[in-house]
Order: sequence, then structure tokens, then C-alpha cells
Amino acid sequence: MNYTVVVGLEVHVQLLTASKLFCACANKFNPDNPNVQTCPVCLGLPGSLPVMNRKAFELSLKTAMALDCGIARFTKWDRKQYYYPDLPKAYQISQYDLPYSHDGHLDVKTDDGEGVRRVGIIRVHLEEDAGKNMHDESGRGQDSQVDLNRCGTPLMEIVSEPDIRTPGEARRFLEEMKLLLTYIGVSDCNMQEGSLRCDANINLHIPTDDGGHVATPIVEVKNMNSIRNVELALEYETTRQFREFQETGVKLGDPGGNKVTRGWDANRNVSFEQRGKEEASDYRYFPDPDLVPVTVTEEQLDAIRGETCELPTPRRARFQSEFGLSEYDASVIIDQGPALADYFETVAQGSDGKQAANWVTQDVLREMNERKVDIDEFAIRPDVLSSILKRVTDAEITIKSGREVFAALLADADADIPISIKRIDRIIEERGLKAVSAAGELEGIIATVIERNAQAANDFRNGKQAAIGRLIGEVMRECKGADAKAVRAMLVDELSK
Amino acid sequence: MTISGSTATELLARLESGESSSVEVTRTFLNAIDRQDETIGAFLFVNSDAALEQARAVDEKRAAGKSVGSLGGLPVAVKDVLCMRDTPTTCGSKILDGFRPPYDSTVVERLRAADAVIIGKTNMDEFAMGSSTENSAYKVTRNPWNTDHTPGGSSGGSAACVAAGMAPLSIGTDTGGSIRQPAAFCGVVGMKPTYGRVSRYGLIAYASSLDQAGPLANDVTGAAALLQAIAGHDARDSTSVNRPVPDYLCGLDQPLEGLKIGIAKEHFVAGLDPEVESTIREALGVYKSLGAEVIDVTLPHSKYAVATYYLIAASEASSNLARYDGVHYGHRAESFTNMVDMYCTTRSEGFGEEVKRRIMLGVFALSEGYSDQYYVKALQVRRLIRQDFDRAFADVDVILAPVAPTPAFKIGELVNDPLAMYLTDIYTISGNLAGIPCLSIPAGFSDAKLPIGMQLYGPAFSEDRLLRAARMFERVAGLSTLSSRLS
Repeated sequence: MNYTVVVGLEVHVQLLTASKLFCACANKFNPDNPNVQTCPVCLGLPGSLPVMNRKAFELSLKTAMALDCGIARFTKWDRKQYYYPDLPKAYQISQYDLPYSHDGHLDVKTDDGEGVRRVGIIRVHLEEDAGKNMHDESGRGQDSQVDLNRCGTPLMEIVSEPDIRTPGEARRFLEEMKLLLTYIGVSDCNMQEGSLRCDANINLHIPTDDGGHVATPIVEVKNMNSIRNVELALEYETTRQFREFQETGVKLGDPGGNKVTRGWDANRNVSFEQRGKEEASDYRYFPDPDLVPVTVTEEQLDAIRGETCELPTPRRARFQSEFGLSEYDASVIIDQGPALADYFETVAQGSDGKQAANWVTQDVLREMNERKVDIDEFAIRPDVLSSILKRVTDAEITIKSGREVFAALLADADADIPISIKRIDRIIEERGLKAVSAAGELEGIIATVIERNAQAANDFRNGKQAAIGRLIGEVMRECKGADAKAVRAMLVDELSK
Repeated sequence: MTISGSTATELLARLESGESSSVEVTRTFLNAIDRQDETIGAFLFVNSDAALEQARAVDEKRAAGKSVGSLGGLPVAVKDVLCMRDTPTTCGSKILDGFRPPYDSTVVERLRAADAVIIGKTNMDEFAMGSSTENSAYKVTRNPWNTDHTPGGSSGGSAACVAAGMAPLSIGTDTGGSIRQPAAFCGVVGMKPTYGRVSRYGLIAYASSLDQAGPLANDVTGAAALLQAIAGHDARDSTSVNRPVPDYLCGLDQPLEGLKIGIAKEHFVAGLDPEVESTIREALGVYKSLGAEVIDVTLPHSKYAVATYYLIAASEASSNLARYDGVHYGHRAESFTNMVDMYCTTRSEGFGEEVKRRIMLGVFALSEGYSDQYYVKALQVRRLIRQDFDRAFADVDVILAPVAPTPAFKIGELVNDPLAMYLTDIYTISGNLAGIPCLSIPAGFSDAKLPIGMQLYGPAFSEDRLLRAARMFERVAGLSTLSSRLS
């Protein structure tokens, strides 16, 4: 049946600040040393007061601007009140009715790879993270423990409109979000360490005979610790909700059709019903009297605009137009993050764009993977690679020689020999890789070789194709920089005369 | 004059001249506490050893010719709502039994920086909720003028210890009158500064948008000196105001020329004790004789002040006090069945009746579906009350008013009638809602020989003006030398 899947995502992102949102404690993932990054403020000790971290607010402004959100010129902090041991003040400082940003969007590719889906962003707001409860899972009934290292770290909540239509779009939304946030440097988006977390709201719109549709009950899926799991969970929920609707006919808003929360079990690949909230919770939001409202000026926004780098989407388009890359190649480079894209640009500027893309997406990525290093740690710096490629495009050396130089440089690096552009010249010289571009020189060598190997030459003339191999080999030995294909062609020409 | 009967200024002069050492002064006050506090009950914790050690350090500093802070060697008592490192800080509540903060509040830090000797922590209504200091979980404080009467509250311990000569100076906090009303009941000077003038960092919150720490002293000069030491911007409190602190002592003795005093008819209504009213009228006469002009002003929204206050204060309190859940510090129930039961039992055992009443009121006022009618409405009225004052201060320099409707009431008299107790704050609450400075100074006595105070309100950051106006009165009315009969 042709139903519509309706998905909205709620993404929580930890900001890359040195300190927490309302105190000077370190903002650092540190699960092995619980409760060391704490002070009276983030412990919520009596009498302590929060003071806003301006850097965190700037990073969140930067994020909202990158998502094309409107920025409120006046925003405030609210207390969201609930009891839980990982929340020592029994309220979370968050933003309720006047978030600092609203109405943005993020574009993602549709499943066919052709279209673009514009996903609305309802709001981005800033809040403090809670600590972590650790329960005894041995079943021996040990006490639960609380680690407050994370308590008070800056957390952005990004809420999308329910504009996402497939699990694949949800995955790409998160991939694109992660890319954007790492590009602008506001978060490392490490899902394993919890710096990017996602909850998904999903239901189905099932067409009815009268041309309308009915909606299935909304399910909020939690506990998904990877982007792939979000996609899997949404695929699972799509099937489950449709099956359940066929069995029960329960619609959104019917008795038993209220919004429910389900968890995702990544081991069994199923979602499971979580203990429903017994009653609708009332967080009793009210403005935090300990914090003054925040005003945002045009100058502040200009300053942030000035320091924000080019975003992935426009950069992808520019790589296609400026360097003549295919959409695929541009995406492969952009999707690896800003460091690789910067590397590529340096290489491409000194040589040829397409050639640079081939080398970066194939040779460089392959060697990085083998060596398990980041692009920043990769031994051949972009100016060096650019210099190699320039020699290839200038026909100073052949592509094959270029690869040999590349491999030789890596071998040098592995042997701790410093790599530089000068070193390229030495390798070319030592190995005789200089392309013999003067046709006359090569012609002379070819003539000498044919003379020296009259038998082989005759064999070839008499139709023994394989005989040419010996001749090519001998020419190549004489002249290492020669291109074997060109040598072959010239030999064939010469022997056909 | 004896040490314990001296004003802070006289003591400072003795210390500076070398006539007395800080150890000697401190020991004298510690002895006074020993003698009297069993009767008065002003202190929850007497800091004897540390105080003497601090006094000794100041004496050594002075002897070595090093520069000494502005309160060099003077004992100061601090209300038990202010955090003090490694020292019991209970807020008069069982729920904070055994809690020793790992840090100093800014007020305590500044007192130390001024070389004050912190002599002890004073009793208070639990979490500063009350007007009689009867709501302390630990003890009742008695009025040194008549021990059958309350000292007022919530800073009853801070007012009583100064009145009884157990400390020359003390710090109180004022959310709805908690410095001014006990100062009036105990015959001492007390001031609630402008909201934001004194840092709240380390002041255990009752109602964050109203709480403000301030000085109590046996004369205006002492209050000015103490305010000088604690006032000023603090980067750790975003609501503290970054604005220079004037020199409160310089020019203090100079009378204000052409002072315009406002009198609001809303302050002289049914419920005001005739003795209090006549004391205020007489004080007005004193000011007139000093050349002041008296002008009628109107504060039309002041009749809503008590209702507005109890919605805002209770709402904030319900949130501020949610953290006392037995998980991280303070009291935790001995036995419970699960997490929620642990929370409930801990809080049921740890909080007193008045605190529970206000938490429930606040939770209700902030609840979904009610918060617009109660909390949000109260915020709107608060703005109107503030505007009343803005308008009045366009015409006058200060407003003179009663502090409380009556002199100190008897212990137990109002304890079972919370509404009547709430109404004792009717003249003080507006100052907190408007965030403006207000000062209470002794103005006379009732026939029953209980002190009666009068109150001066001023516009925001006019502490210097209020102090000078009070000092003008004190110089001629001569009540500053009142001291407790017990001392």
C-alpha cells in the first residue's frame, strides 16, 4: 500500500567548548574518572549560581546561522523541572518559549539520488546536559552510581519539522548535519561518546478511500547510538506500524493511540515499548531568575559570519564548477570533512582539478586507510603532492612515474626521511624517471635498439607481435622516463616503415 | 563604655589605636555569647576557635605595620543562609543537617578580605521563610528586649545578636523584609541594598529574584561600613550589577540639604498599630525640624504586594528547594522502598511545615494551566509596583514608612495563623518586588518598651542617600546608642 512515512528528528549535539555552559569546569569526555570535572555550580550546591559561557553561545549561534535559522535578538533561559539523580539541581537550564533561533532548514538528497528534500528546522536551542546514572546491571542489586562530569556541558537541541519521508532521508539528514557541524567546528559529533544523539518521531499517513488519509500513533524512538541504527529503527517502525494498523486499526488520537516511546535494541534489530510515562509530565518551565536575558547584536552576528568557513553544500557546488569535478567526486571529497577538502584544494590549485581529485580520492585515501591516519597526519603534504601532479601534467614525468615518486616518498616517510619538494627531484633523478619528451632523443634510442635487435625486429615485421616486447623493454631500460605506450607506438611506426 | 556595648565605629577606633586587640574584642563578644545565648538563641554555630585564630592573625598584621582591611579585627555574625567553607551551613533546616559547603559565599569572602572576624552563624526561619525565627528547625530565638517576644525574622538571629551585644555587626538577608523587620523588632539598624548591589553567590536561594544580603548594626555608621565591605560587582553572579560602589562613610555625617520625604497614604491603613503610627509621625516631625520637606506620594498597587510576593517567592522557592532530594548532600531518609519514595520521605522528613506550604503554593502557581493566572500575572503586577515607585521618586528623594504594622509580637502568637504572619511583611515586601534599597532604623519605643522602627525607601542604588538620611535622624533622635538591657 502506498502510505507516506512522516519523520521528524530531534538531535542533541554537545558543543566543543573548553568549559561547561555555566561554570569553568572542563568540558571533556572522561568516563574513567567520574566526578572529577565538577565544582559547586555544576554540582548544584546550595548558593551556587550559573554564569553563561559566551563561547558556547557563540558556537550555537554559528550553528543556527549555518542552518539558515532566524536569530532572536532577545533570548532567555528557563528552568525545566524534574527529579532525577543525574540532575543535581532538579531542574535543567534550557530554553522554552524564546529560543535563540528558529525556522531554518537543511537540504538532503532524496532516495533516488536525484531530488533534494528541504527539511525544515523548527528551532535550535541551547541547554545544559545532565550527568550520567550508572545502574548495577549484574542483578546483584548494587547501589546505582552518578557521574556528574557531563553535568552542565553545553548541549544544542536541534528540532526538525516532520519533513523527512524515508529512513534513508533520515540517515542522510544526520550525515549532512554531522558534516555541517564538524565543518564549522562546533562539535566532534562522536555518537559513541554521546556528543551527537538523536531521537526520532515517526508515524504513517495511510490513504483512505475518500482521498484523505489517517495517521498512525506517533512513536518516539530512543537509544539509537549510530546513524545506521536510526535508519534501521525507522525501517523497522515503518513496517511495524503498518502491520499494527492493519491488525488493530488504531489511529493517532484514538484510545490507545497516544504518542508512545520505544527503545531501539541494536542487537536484536527491534524496537521495544518503553515503560510509558504514567501521566503527562509538567516541567513547570519558568524563566531562570539567576540568569539575565541575552541580547544579540548585528555586530555579533557579522563577526560570526566573518569567521564561518564555506559550508559543505556551496563548497560541493564550487568544486564541480571550479575544478570540473563530477558530483560524485566532489561529494566523496566534501563528505570526508573540511580537512580533506582543504587538502584537495591545495593540490588542485597547483595542478589539475580532475587529476587532483583522482589522486586524493584513490591514492591518498587508500594510503590513509592503510596507515590508519587522518589527513592531517598524512606524510605527503598537499604542496608536495601538488608538485608531483604538476610534473605529470607538464609531462615532465609520466603518471606511472608519479605513482612511483608518491610510493617512494611514503617509503621515505616510513623510514623517517623528511619529505619535501626537493626530495621529489632527487627521486626522479636517482631513478631516471624524467620523461623523455624530446622526440628526437627517443627516436635515436629506438633506432639503435632496432639495429641491435635485428632478429626481433624482423620477427615483428613477419607478424610475431610478441617480439615487440623485447624491443620495448630495451628502450625502457635505456630511458626510464619514457612512457611505455608511446614507446610502443613509436616502435610500431618505425617497424612499419 | 564596655566593649560589647560599643558601636562598630567605636570598636574600630579602639582597634586602630591599639587600645584593644582583636583577640580581646573577639573574646569579649564570645563571652557575651556564652553568657546570654542560652537565653536568646541567636546562634546556630559559634565559630570560637576559628574566630580567635582570625583575630590573632589580624592583630599580628596590624602589629607588623601591614595594611589591614576596613573591618580590621571586628567581629561579624553571619546568617546561616550564607555558605562558609567547611563550616556548618544549615539555613535553619534539618534537610541541610551536617552540610559543610566546600566554598565561601562572596559575602563571606569579602568579609574575610576586609579582615572581619566571623564569630558565628545566626539562627533564622528555615530557608528564610518566616517573620519570627520560630520556623527554625533547631531553636527559637528570643527578642533581647523582652524574651517572651520574637526578634522578628527571618534574620532574627542576626538582629538579636547585635541587639544583645553578642556581635557589633551582622549580616542578614532580606527577601520580603527579613533584615528590616527583625532590625525594627530588635532596635537595630538594618538595610536591604538594591537588588544586584551585593553578590548572591553562596547565598542559599529562597527566592532568587528577591533575595539580597545586607548589614545589621547598632548604628548607621556601622551599617555603612559593613555594606561598604560586602557591596560590589561579582562575576560569579550574573544578576550582580557592575557599577562602582560609592564611599558610604565619606559624607555620612553631612545632613542632606532640602531633603524631600515622601509619605504614602497606602502605608497608613487599618491594621497599623497606633503606637507605630505615632512614632512614624514623630519621626517625620524630626525631619521637618531638620529642614526636610514632606510630600504626599501614592503607591496605588501596594495593596497587591503581599499576594504578588507570595506567588513569585513561592514559585521560585519551589524550584530552588527542589535540589534537596537526599541524593547528593544533606539529610537522606533512613528507609525507603525505591527512588521516588526516597525523594518523598527525605523531603517530608527534612522540611518544616512553612517550607512545605510555600513549596506547594509555588508548584501550584507554576503548574501548566495555572501559571498564566498566577505566576505570570504576579510578574505583571510586580512591574506595576515598580512603576509606582519610579513615579513617586520623580517627586521625592526618599519615602518614609513603617517597617511592620506592630512592634515585636509574642512567641507563638501568630505561629498558627500563617496569613496574619504574612501580613506582618506588608510594608517591607514592596521594596523587594521593586528591587530598591530600604533601610530600617530605630525610631522609638512602645509603652511595653519594645523598639519601633521606621523605614526609608530610596530609588535603586541610592544606598548612600538612605544612609545619610538615616544618620541625620540618628544624630538628633539619639536612639543609636540604644542597646539591649541584657548587655
